[in-house]
Amino acid sequence: MTALQIIFLITAGVILASAVMVVTTRNMIHAALWLIVTLFGAAVLFALLDAGFIAVVQVVVYIGAIAILFIFAVMLTRREMRDRGAQLNSEWWLSAVVAALTFGGLFFLLSGWSGFSAHAPGLSSGTDTVQLLGAALVSPDAYVLPFEVASVLLLAALVGAVYVAFQKKGEE
Amino acid sequence: MEFWSNPIKAAADWLTGVFTGWGMPASASNVVVSLIGVVALIVVVMVLDIMLVWLERKIVARFQDRLGPNRLGPFGLIQPFADIIKLLIKEDTTPSGADRVVYNVAPILAMMAVLLLWAVLPVAPIIFGVDINVGALYVIAVGAIGTLAIITAGWASNNKYALLGAFRQVAVMISYEIPMVVAILIPTMLAGTMGINSIVEAQNVWYFWLAPLAAVLFLVSAMAELGRAPFDLAEAESELVAGHHIEYSGMKFGMFYAAELLHAFTFGGFMAAFFFGGWRGPGVAQFPLLGLFWFMLKALIGYWVFGWIKYTMPRIRIDHMLALNWKFLVPVSFVLLMVVALMNSLLRGSDYYVIGMFLSNVVVGWGALEIVRASARRQRKEIETPAQTASAHH
Amino acid sequence: MIPLSWYLVLSAALFSVGLFGVLARRNAVAILLGIELMLNSVNINLVAFWRYLDPTRIDGQVFAIIVFAVAAAEVAVGLALVISVYRRRNTVVAEEIDMLKW
Repeated sequence: MTALQIIFLITAGVILASAVMVVTTRNMIHAALWLIVTLFGAAVLFALLDAGFIAVVQVVVYIGAIAILFIFAVMLTRREMRDRGAQLNSEWWLSAVVAALTFGGLFFLLSGWSGFSAHAPGLSSGTDTVQLLGAALVSPDAYVLPFEVASVLLLAALVGAVYVAFQKKGEE
Repeated sequence: MEFWSNPIKAAADWLTGVFTGWGMPASASNVVVSLIGVVALIVVVMVLDIMLVWLERKIVARFQDRLGPNRLGPFGLIQPFADIIKLLIKEDTTPSGADRVVYNVAPILAMMAVLLLWAVLPVAPIIFGVDINVGALYVIAVGAIGTLAIITAGWASNNKYALLGAFRQVAVMISYEIPMVVAILIPTMLAGTMGINSIVEAQNVWYFWLAPLAAVLFLVSAMAELGRAPFDLAEAESELVAGHHIEYSGMKFGMFYAAELLHAFTFGGFMAAFFFGGWRGPGVAQFPLLGLFWFMLKALIGYWVFGWIKYTMPRIRIDHMLALNWKFLVPVSFVLLMVVALMNSLLRGSDYYVIGMFLSNVVVGWGALEIVRASARRQRKEIETPAQTASAHH
Repeated sequence: MIPLSWYLVLSAALFSVGLFGVLARRNAVAILLGIELMLNSVNINLVAFWRYLDPTRIDGQVFAIIVFAVAAAEVAVGLALVISVYRRRNTVVAEEIDMLKW
């Protein structure tokens, strides 16, 4: 059991435990905070996978923006200060069965693949993934077009979100 | 002599030798030595924080034409310890109806958001936590954790003024992240790398001379991120009764206060690292430890500038703060980014590099201020001559 | 070292937990939380495949960045819609927003 394996097992445990808390806790603010713990665990995993840039972007985008957005949305949609009523709908056992079947199906599908237990190839110390990533995102025969389309998508989402949630003064 | 040329590595090697001598496997002893290093860094940083409390009170006193603490110890140096003892013996209240776990975790998050930054700050050529190659973006990521600390503190206090203060402070913080990202992007672009130690090493000419407007942009957005005056609406006693830390007393409040002062010093350090050459200075090539002295000097000057602005300028209203960001700083920062990129690629290697970049920044800043002045002039004319326009419409 | 199977099993489990959250929760914001969990599991998968199959080709990380952008856009618009619905109907329980049901 090397140190990296122990770190991975602890992180995986934290991620799964907090994910289960996200989907079962009654208090919505606590659900958002457990989501933040899950996202942190995912950032740790990215760092373990030598994808440092993706790890930091995960913290900036997910925790710094999306999680804060969730917390604000929960605060703005509370009818009373305590969460009452059931938080799982009446067919939750069917959803649990579907989720378990999905997990079983994915596991069965993947374990039949030849590369399932592959080990990581060594990363030569000279590769600078950040530089490769930057070059790939702006080079015409790599991914500049999806990059630009993603920026148009974000603009559309920005305008749409502001318009949908806008409240004119005096309108209740 | 060999110890002094690289004391931290020498100490780490000696400790590793001790642990493997006791029979620990090599990987475990590496982990333990790293943990000891982390704890040592945190201890040093917290002692620095105590001295910053004294420094802060002396600075504010001198700006307000008084002496500051001078009774406890020579020049009042024991005063911070008295403050700490007072905070420790105060009652740690938890308001009724507050979410206990979240309420107690918020000050820890606030302190965490500052201590994590010290992992990437290069204090000397041989003393830094780790030189990750995404260090500049890591600074922004840790700022996101600070935002989280404030909103959890505000919500968990079960107090509408705390929540209002937290909302406003978080809105300001996430808005001012954009000019801060651009202001950090400019030294990154000039150095060609995001690693902060590499940025410091690439500064043969200080980036302040190459991009002064970026330094000003970083200063302004750092003040907003820290929640420091003149952007301190969150903790203004006369506005919102101290904002998100209304309900905190005792050492929990002490952690918020200490985190704020240390955050200001850390950003003074980043200002030095990004724009003023970090640990660079005469004599560092022979004695790398001298870099520590230069860095501390520059960081303390940066901290003094933060204090200077804080105790001189009045507070800005929340809608003015957000208008300043979205209508002035964001367009200026994007235009500056394009101008710096263009001038850098045109002039790099030529004789006019430094003067050309400096002048282009001055031109962009002057142009932005002229546009603002013209719009202000237009608004003033509209307000001052309504009678003429009304009669002209008849 | 860590075999690839551990990462794949972890992301499959995270995906299933997110799926359970989407299907079983009544609060609309909680459903969006489940979607976020699923998107994170996909990201972990993408980066793990990048690292284990061919780390010299950067395509896996580019995919992950595009997923980040899409997730951010979707959360922003989704939460704006939920807030807007809450203002009209004063509820965020998904079962009670059923005017278009026959």
